[in-house]
Amino acid sequence: MEATGAEIVVRCLAEEGVEFVFGYPGGAVLNIYDEIFKQNKFKHVLVRHEQAAVHAADAYARATGRVGVALVTSGPGVTNAVTGIATAYMDSIPIVVVTGQVPTPAIGLDAFQEVDTVGITRPCVKHNFLVKDVKDLAVTMKKAFIIASTGRPGPVVVDVPKDVTSHITDFVYPDTLEMRSYNPVVKGHGGQMKRAVQMLLEARRPMIYTGGGVVLGDAAEQLAELTHLLGFPVTNTLMGLGGYPATDRQNLGMLGMHGTYEANMAMQHCDVLLAVGARFDDRVIGNPAHFAREQRRIIHIDVDPSSISKRVKVDVPIVGDVKNVLTDMLALLKQAKEKPDAPALNTWWTQIELWRSKNCLKYNRNSPLIKPQYVVEKLWEVTGGDAFVTSDVGQHQMWAAQYYKFDQPRRWINSGGLGTMGVGLPYAMGVQLAFPDAQVACITGESSIQMNIQELSTCKQYRIPVKVVTLNNGYMGMVRQWQEFFYGSRYAESYMESLPDFVKLAESYGHIGMRIDKPEDVEAALKEAFSPALKERMVFMDFQTDPTENVFPMVEGGKGLSEMILAEEL
Amino acid sequence: MSRRHIISLLMENEAGALSRVAGLFSARAYNIESLTVAPTEDATMSRMTIVSVGSEDIIEQITKQLNKLVDVIKVMDLTEGSHIERELMLVKVRAVGGDREEIKRTADIFRGSIIDVTESTYTIELTGAGSKLDAFLEAIDSGFIIETVRTGASGIGRGERSLKL
Repeated sequence: MEATGAEIVVRCLAEEGVEFVFGYPGGAVLNIYDEIFKQNKFKHVLVRHEQAAVHAADAYARATGRVGVALVTSGPGVTNAVTGIATAYMDSIPIVVVTGQVPTPAIGLDAFQEVDTVGITRPCVKHNFLVKDVKDLAVTMKKAFIIASTGRPGPVVVDVPKDVTSHITDFVYPDTLEMRSYNPVVKGHGGQMKRAVQMLLEARRPMIYTGGGVVLGDAAEQLAELTHLLGFPVTNTLMGLGGYPATDRQNLGMLGMHGTYEANMAMQHCDVLLAVGARFDDRVIGNPAHFAREQRRIIHIDVDPSSISKRVKVDVPIVGDVKNVLTDMLALLKQAKEKPDAPALNTWWTQIELWRSKNCLKYNRNSPLIKPQYVVEKLWEVTGGDAFVTSDVGQHQMWAAQYYKFDQPRRWINSGGLGTMGVGLPYAMGVQLAFPDAQVACITGESSIQMNIQELSTCKQYRIPVKVVTLNNGYMGMVRQWQEFFYGSRYAESYMESLPDFVKLAESYGHIGMRIDKPEDVEAALKEAFSPALKERMVFMDFQTDPTENVFPMVEGGKGLSEMILAEEL
Repeated sequence: MSRRHIISLLMENEAGALSRVAGLFSARAYNIESLTVAPTEDATMSRMTIVSVGSEDIIEQITKQLNKLVDVIKVMDLTEGSHIERELMLVKVRAVGGDREEIKRTADIFRGSIIDVTESTYTIELTGAGSKLDAFLEAIDSGFIIETVRTGASGIGRGERSLKL
């Protein structure tokens, strides 16, 4: 059946079962928008800035596990989207971004709203396409969805020139297709998995270190079973939170720059390390030379071979889908005659409990000022630990990660790799639209929230009832913390002067604004915001928090994991 | 320890494929000594030869990252096994008077051929491994050299060792 390029784009999205397209119209995509107007298969969500469109699509993907979709116009539409694309790329999030392009005869002639989209986005996509012939459009869209969602997921950009959207061809959407150059490894290597299981059974001081791969690979169940069967301690990276229940005793909490004392110490002193869908990045293991000083054997499971032995040499590499590999290793473990070394494990756990007894996340509970940690703890209580929590980037992000105990995967939505301020609100929108009945909180700061504050308008238009929890300390908190520690307290440009009245701002968009100044009012405000009476309303809570509070523990950049600064030592 | 590696790869003959490889090398700060690319007997595929210098760890990362590119079909480090390396060089030299004979003799020793002659110049064509071409340039007084153009290395595995689909 014949169709125009614009119809093909829209029908491909419908064929993929897309629920939401987050976008912003413009000249080069007007044919596509005209087709969107005529259809009812998916809903288009009009954001107020293209960056937010990509963030919302990204959050939709993180929360649901399905491919998120954004649609932007050529030129500035694309450049605005780049931050969102790079954010998704760094965290391996499956999204497809359809971008308009100037008509093919105008490409390269510096046409109005022309940029080299494929060139600009190349370093921050898993793959991208420029569709020059309408006959290639349907197949390219199919490839985009396959590439985005398989192997190590990631963003794919499909750049469609305007003339291609009006050209006509026969439309056939392929059910599936083969690419000779793209065949991600799915199953782990049998011999390597046997070696890994043997190594785990011989371990005297084992540690399981898990990252975003467990969440993305939907392997939380298998990870829990393996961890329980072995009786080993486990830690999650920032991206891996919720991949193993935070309230489970075997979980030592998050590791890394702001990880717990027990997790970092166990990581540094273990003799066998099982890394699952994690990539030993600089915020996680600190200085690789320091990390390598301790003798330990490392097993690394990852779907991306290039993540293995990139920063840290490993002994047993296992390339494959995390869920498949863990399932196969569980089967091997159950067949094995040996059992984990119980007396050695006992001694190890005794040591770990000693580390844990430092209680490294304690903070002053008697302060007359609102402590940010307290707000997050109360949020966890009030939401029954069951909310989707998005965050922006900075101190509040770390407090959210440390004090909101995520027991389920895909509940913690944040920008881990790129560290993009401004993601919080559009992330919350994407999640809330995917799960209209869920509690969705956006933990943010007064600096981050202003980087995409225009999305309050999108929340109004679509009645998206997210709850914004602003930990307002009047500073770019993490910048201020580093300046206090490493720059002699010279607070260069980290003070947010001329803050708006967030209550009035929220109200001007038709939302509910609350300002909370005293610790004793924190719980009541949260309860009210999450009460059934306000279920349909967007609530903006502006918590005035202690401006001098710092995030502890902290491993200074370039230092080793066990060289932590703890709160009490200051 | 850093070593010179010749990496051969087959990739889809698509617009922009070359820039994906070049971009990868610059984005990850990998060394690139030379890069050659041309279509194969199958017009849908290009074959690329990259010469890079790096430690084993770096070269391992380079081959992994190349394999990860969606357009790349197959990657092989030729230097891991026995292989043949060839590069073509054209050198234009100042050749007048008694120097003409001397330069001709040197070219003959290196099995080079003179492919263009004027009253005052020779253009010499020379094929071989990169080190042979380097040696030729060493052998000729640099004052004679007007212009040098090299293609960069191409390589192929010896015997049954091959890079094909």
